[in-house]
Amino acid sequence: MQDIIDRLDRLRTEARLGGGQARIDAQHARGKLTARERLEALMDPGSFEEMDLFVEHNCTDFGMGESHIPGDGVVTGAGTIYGRRVFAFSQDFTVFGGSLSESNARKICKIMDMAIKVGSPIIGLNDSGGARIQEGVASLAGYAEVFQRNVLASGVVPQISAIMGPCAGGAVYSPALTDFIMMVKDTSYMFLTGPEVVKTVTHEDVSAEQLGGAITHSTRSGVADFAYDNDLVLLKQLRRLLAFLPSNNREAAPRIDSGDDAKRPIYSLDNLVPNDPQRPYDMKELVEKVVDNSDFMEIQAGYAKNIIIGLARMDGRTVGIVANQPMILAGCLDIASSIKAARFVRFCDCFNIPIVTFVDVPGFLPGLQQELGGIIKHGAKLLFAYAEATVPKVTVITRKAYGGAYDVMSSKHLRGDFNYAWPNAEIAVMGPKGASEIIFRSEIKASTNPEAKLKEVTAAYAANFANPFIAARKGFIDDVIMPHDTRWRVIRGLQTMEGKQLALPWKKHDNLPL
Amino acid sequence: MRKILIANRGEIACRIIKTARRMGIATVAIYSDADQDALHTRMADQKVRVGEAASASSYLLVDRILHAIEASGADAVHPGYGFLSENAAFCRTLQEKGITFIGPGPEAMLAMGDKIASKKLARSVGVNTIPGHPDAVPNAKAAVAIAREIGYPVMIKASAGGGGKGMCIARNDAEAAEGWSSAANMGRSYFKDDRVFVEKFIEQPRHIEIQILCDKYGHGVWLNERECSIQRRNQKVIEEAPSPFLDDAMRAAMGEQALTLAKAVGYVSAGTVEFVVGADRSFHFLEMNTRLQVEHPVTEMITGLDLVEEMIRIARGEPLRLRQQDVQKKGWAIECRIYAENPYTNFLPSTGRLVRHRPPEENDRIRVDTGVSAGCEVSIYYDPMIAKLITWGNNRLQAIASMREALDNYLIEGPKHNIDFLNALLAHPRFIAGDLTTAFIAEHYPEGFSGAPLDQETVRFFAIVAACVERAEEALLAPLPDTSDWVVSIDQETVSLRVSHAPGLDRIELQDGTILEVAEAYRPGMRVAKFTIGGLNRTVQIQRSDSGYTLTQGGRRVKAAVRSHRLHELAQRMPQKQRHDSAKTVLTPMPGLVSRVMVSEGQKVSAGQILCLLEAMKMENTLCAERDGIVATVHVRAGETVENDAVLFTFR
Repeated sequence: MQDIIDRLDRLRTEARLGGGQARIDAQHARGKLTARERLEALMDPGSFEEMDLFVEHNCTDFGMGESHIPGDGVVTGAGTIYGRRVFAFSQDFTVFGGSLSESNARKICKIMDMAIKVGSPIIGLNDSGGARIQEGVASLAGYAEVFQRNVLASGVVPQISAIMGPCAGGAVYSPALTDFIMMVKDTSYMFLTGPEVVKTVTHEDVSAEQLGGAITHSTRSGVADFAYDNDLVLLKQLRRLLAFLPSNNREAAPRIDSGDDAKRPIYSLDNLVPNDPQRPYDMKELVEKVVDNSDFMEIQAGYAKNIIIGLARMDGRTVGIVANQPMILAGCLDIASSIKAARFVRFCDCFNIPIVTFVDVPGFLPGLQQELGGIIKHGAKLLFAYAEATVPKVTVITRKAYGGAYDVMSSKHLRGDFNYAWPNAEIAVMGPKGASEIIFRSEIKASTNPEAKLKEVTAAYAANFANPFIAARKGFIDDVIMPHDTRWRVIRGLQTMEGKQLALPWKKHDNLPL
Repeated sequence: MRKILIANRGEIACRIIKTARRMGIATVAIYSDADQDALHTRMADQKVRVGEAASASSYLLVDRILHAIEASGADAVHPGYGFLSENAAFCRTLQEKGITFIGPGPEAMLAMGDKIASKKLARSVGVNTIPGHPDAVPNAKAAVAIAREIGYPVMIKASAGGGGKGMCIARNDAEAAEGWSSAANMGRSYFKDDRVFVEKFIEQPRHIEIQILCDKYGHGVWLNERECSIQRRNQKVIEEAPSPFLDDAMRAAMGEQALTLAKAVGYVSAGTVEFVVGADRSFHFLEMNTRLQVEHPVTEMITGLDLVEEMIRIARGEPLRLRQQDVQKKGWAIECRIYAENPYTNFLPSTGRLVRHRPPEENDRIRVDTGVSAGCEVSIYYDPMIAKLITWGNNRLQAIASMREALDNYLIEGPKHNIDFLNALLAHPRFIAGDLTTAFIAEHYPEGFSGAPLDQETVRFFAIVAACVERAEEALLAPLPDTSDWVVSIDQETVSLRVSHAPGLDRIELQDGTILEVAEAYRPGMRVAKFTIGGLNRTVQIQRSDSGYTLTQGGRRVKAAVRSHRLHELAQRMPQKQRHDSAKTVLTPMPGLVSRVMVSEGQKVSAGQILCLLEAMKMENTLCAERDGIVATVHVRAGETVENDAVLFTFR
């Protein structure tokens, strides 16, 4: 028996070496960790249990029959993060370049199925040259099997993808179907077609980094939600992200004792909004000051920065934060920011995460480019997302809420639970000047000094209508609150709405304007 | 006197209001558009707008201020320092209108206002002045003769020179002759002015000033000295009282000369006589400041007086309440000026909203004079001083220690600040030894500031702090084992340790077997926390980052990462990313719109050359090259909006 045990030990040790020491060294030389090292860093120490260590591919073409490596290029299994179970796969670039074979896809599918069954998050660490070309259509089938499961798991368990090496061609679609994509700067890239193909087809000369690096996707394309300096930082932040999330759509996110006083007043918020309505201010300051311990995990921080989204806790409970950012494009809604926020609102709604919205929005961004790009349809996504969300929704208008954008930004009319406004808030169809120009058009025209007349009527309009009390009189604003009480009022709103039940009419699924 | 209008803003306005209130006198604040909600306007009983943001359109407008006096019914004016405090015409106008000016009379102000005239006057009443020849020296031969008469070393300078240019020091006849020629040449070629002057060169000069107080009845006292030698580009940074250099005899001699001068001009109120003091213990009159000084609190701390109160009493016509023998000199006081500037980038001024501002708590040893609170704006329009931090101790070392602790406790987020730099200055062995000169900063930080030096003990200290912080943060999310074995990276150094935890107390075992108990007041999310490590108290500022923490203490700022042994091993495989070399890149100092790019790629630029114009906060700001170089890449175009710390230019 001891012989047999020793043999198993030896087999395991061999299998764990993956593609061998030379390839491991090459992986390290690129500044990357190996598949197993990454799982070690991701999981609680000693918690990872590997499955299918001895799976091999079944391809015999192109000499592949002679080349077998146990595990076949992907490490799969279960472990814990902060004591909570997760399933993960980690592609092993040292084995056949981490390429996806039928067998290795089956390994991935196996843990995905298990994760859905038991309701635990799925984490994919991607580092793969792409399809196992030798296997042909069998490899493509493998991808599709994974895609199908990504779709089935969507909205059931959180799915997080880390891109830690190449991820090209069909391989990009599994991450694209998941909830969040994290990338490593300089050592990862993802694109459908690489620089060589791009060069032959469009004659564009671009590097892999320009085409699909972490910076590109986190600032230009919006494909990646996070970009980090190296493997370890990414994995540390992946753990942090997981800690905010529930394990599945039937649970609430774990509540922690943050130790941060729910009633803490924040007096510096009383002069956050400048006296000059044209001057911007940093909405992130408000977000960071009201959430527990200033711990705000911003998502897509470098993309569509006119809207801020991210996760935080208030009174220990996870909340999703959506906030217009007046520092960028005056905080207006455009195509990119609408899509960015819409997807996040839907994510929160999937996973029972209450949504806290801070509004300072002058409207939708005007312009030919926006209209041709379909701002109507894309803006509708955010409207749709807020309207269908059944989680508790607390909204605070800090300055402007103009026009259709007022409706969109989690207004009372979209089943907002608590809608508050700061005393300086302006809720109107448009700014005082624009409104006056229309309402008093004939008076201004008739005046001997149209400019002075406009000024006069604008001032009168601003005095009478640019305030939150008209909306409050109609009950569209539940209360006008002191800025320094914002944290406590939001928390109390969330507490009041805890256990909120709201059913949608029966439907197969909705038809979000894609 | 029932109501005082304070013709000033910021911390000095707040400070004057406090005293007036204690004396039962009502106060009026004036404000510009930029100061609409400023602290001084909230503290005063009344406030009156005097104009637009720029000082020239508000605080310096005599007419507006006169109007404010009338409108508010104030019967007295305290000018603070700066602005109109030494404006004799303003002072005279008030006199004519029957408004009390809390300060000296216009005659004294005028007499001391002219540098050359005041020196002549000083000399005439027996006050030491720097020996020198009053007229231009016609040739090298004359220069030598005059130098011999004054005594070497002498300073030979071109009339139009300054800042080191066209100036030289001569220690003998040959150098004096040579110096004259080169100064004359320099003056002729650069400034078209070949006049050359010769005066005594003061070796290792210190700036020491005497505070005086005179009433309307010819009585006067000197209230000891303040040493203000720690300056950067003639801007005082750290002041103290008394001076570590003076003995009682010298102090009395300087005090008596200061008083002699004050009496010679019929001085009334508080004033300051500045001296330059040489290594040979000679002292020479520089100028007299006919107002309250920024650094007056150090005098107050050691004398127990409230100078503003004394000024008010004198202005009301009360005789001095103390005689010279009543003047105290108790313990030691130090003042640090907290400026909104970035010491790490050659002291580039920094402005913007004070996102967080929490000064240390005041007590009988710590005083904070500030005109801002969290949420206030450090405006581009005024002096960038955020606060004055003053500490008192029984002796100099105690005062320094209190100051260092107070600086560690001072939280400022938003604008960059010089707290690290101040803390490093205070820890400098030469500063601690009291071995100061006005060239201290220039000599010790010629290349700017990059943090106080980091020694092994400090590395260990930071490692322990990081471990305790990590422990508290991680324990929030899941229970931790009773002990954790960790490796902490502090910048490039590493420390292995084992942490065992009990509520409020961590036990740290270091690799060498040392066991330390750490009492910590740290709770997750805290930005400032006190750690008692092995009985030693220290306050640390903590900022989280993606990979760990940035810790600041004692003028040192380090990056800390806490990892298990295994993860530490893996971390060694992580590539070292190229950080922006600040010498080779120009970053945006503030968010704004690039209105014009003035250089192109491949262009040679010299230090100080304008690289681009940045429109921020409705103001055009120039961004200049910090040193000579060649532009490698221009990363921006005109019309582009840039964020804070975006790379604008890279140099080869």
